[in-house]
Amino acid sequence: MSRRPYIRPMSQTTWYMRNGRYKVYMLREMTSFLVGFYTFLTIYALATLASNSPQVWNSFLSSQQSTGMIALHGFALLYFLFYQTFPWFKLAPKAMPVQVGEKTLPGIYIVIGHYIVWAVLSAFIFWLAGVI
Amino acid sequence: MNIRQIELEVMRYDPEKDEAPWFQQYSVPCQEDWAILDALNYVKDELDTTLAYRWSCHMMVCGSCGMMINGEPSLTCKTFVRDLPDKVRVEPLENFPIERDLVVVLDDVMQKLHQVQPYIVRKDAPPQEDKEFTQSRGALMKFKQLTMCINCMCCYAACPQYGLDKNFIGPAALALAHRYNLDSRDQGKSDRLDILADHDGVWECSFVGACSEVCPKHVDPAAAIQQMKIDGAMEFWKQKLGMPGDKS
Repeated sequence: MSRRPYIRPMSQTTWYMRNGRYKVYMLREMTSFLVGFYTFLTIYALATLASNSPQVWNSFLSSQQSTGMIALHGFALLYFLFYQTFPWFKLAPKAMPVQVGEKTLPGIYIVIGHYIVWAVLSAFIFWLAGVI
Repeated sequence: MNIRQIELEVMRYDPEKDEAPWFQQYSVPCQEDWAILDALNYVKDELDTTLAYRWSCHMMVCGSCGMMINGEPSLTCKTFVRDLPDKVRVEPLENFPIERDLVVVLDDVMQKLHQVQPYIVRKDAPPQEDKEFTQSRGALMKFKQLTMCINCMCCYAACPQYGLDKNFIGPAALALAHRYNLDSRDQGKSDRLDILADHDGVWECSFVGACSEVCPKHVDPAAAIQQMKIDGAMEFWKQKLGMPGDKS
């Protein structure tokens, strides 16, 4: 009797369509497009600053206040919250379990800790930006 | 006892006859407390003796009967007919070559399990010569859940990363390595680091998390891998900053 194991092909481009779990994963990974967009936006903002022209800088600032850009920023914020912040904070206790004696510290404390650090950092950035 | 007729759609592959796998339908009169494994046993006993599949204990201990049930990697002894629709598709575990029918080739994973040194490595002599190692309950609790793995390989079938890149060490072997790294009696962590921190080790994992979701023993390999990433990164920075690393 001869062995002839059969290897089922896996599509390199459409494998994530196989089930809902993979689709959610891909939606999470797609936040990388937004990260790319904000990277270019930051480089562009620095370039406008480096031009030493208040006119160029001010036109950049006003471009960011257009309805389309505000909608895009709002969309990006929600997308990041639902596909990065909330799921990652929820998973944080798994990645960094804290053991006290024989028991593992309930995950909720680690999750709350993350939200507190997030709030403090956000407040610091708002303070830097002169919002508060 | 009520009998419910289910249509079992089973993947078949005979390496001596078939070019590719195909599906065969069996109509199985299931009793209400049957698991899919009972339905497969009915097929084997009453309908078709040529069907090949692995099983042994029928009680979630041996890890032999992992298969794809309606696309989900599961133990057939733990998946009950009452929780499934009238039509059930049974396939061999994804991401593994098919030996015959529902039997897959596990050689690759066996080699990977061996590669991570899943045993206690000692460099010093045991603390008390000729006596057992002592370990506190707290030290045991650090890794106890990881010892629950029964090597059913459902996690490998769920992992797209392993499907796309067979060099990836994969969930069960990495979780097992972490189990020994966390063991207070073990001193082999630095030996394992070369394999685990390599490109095919923990960093190949992109945290889809499917391995933990399908694990029938709630081992949570995804969490173990993320913990190892943190460990690996800490070791890297300790070395960069010239700080003393992990002694083991």
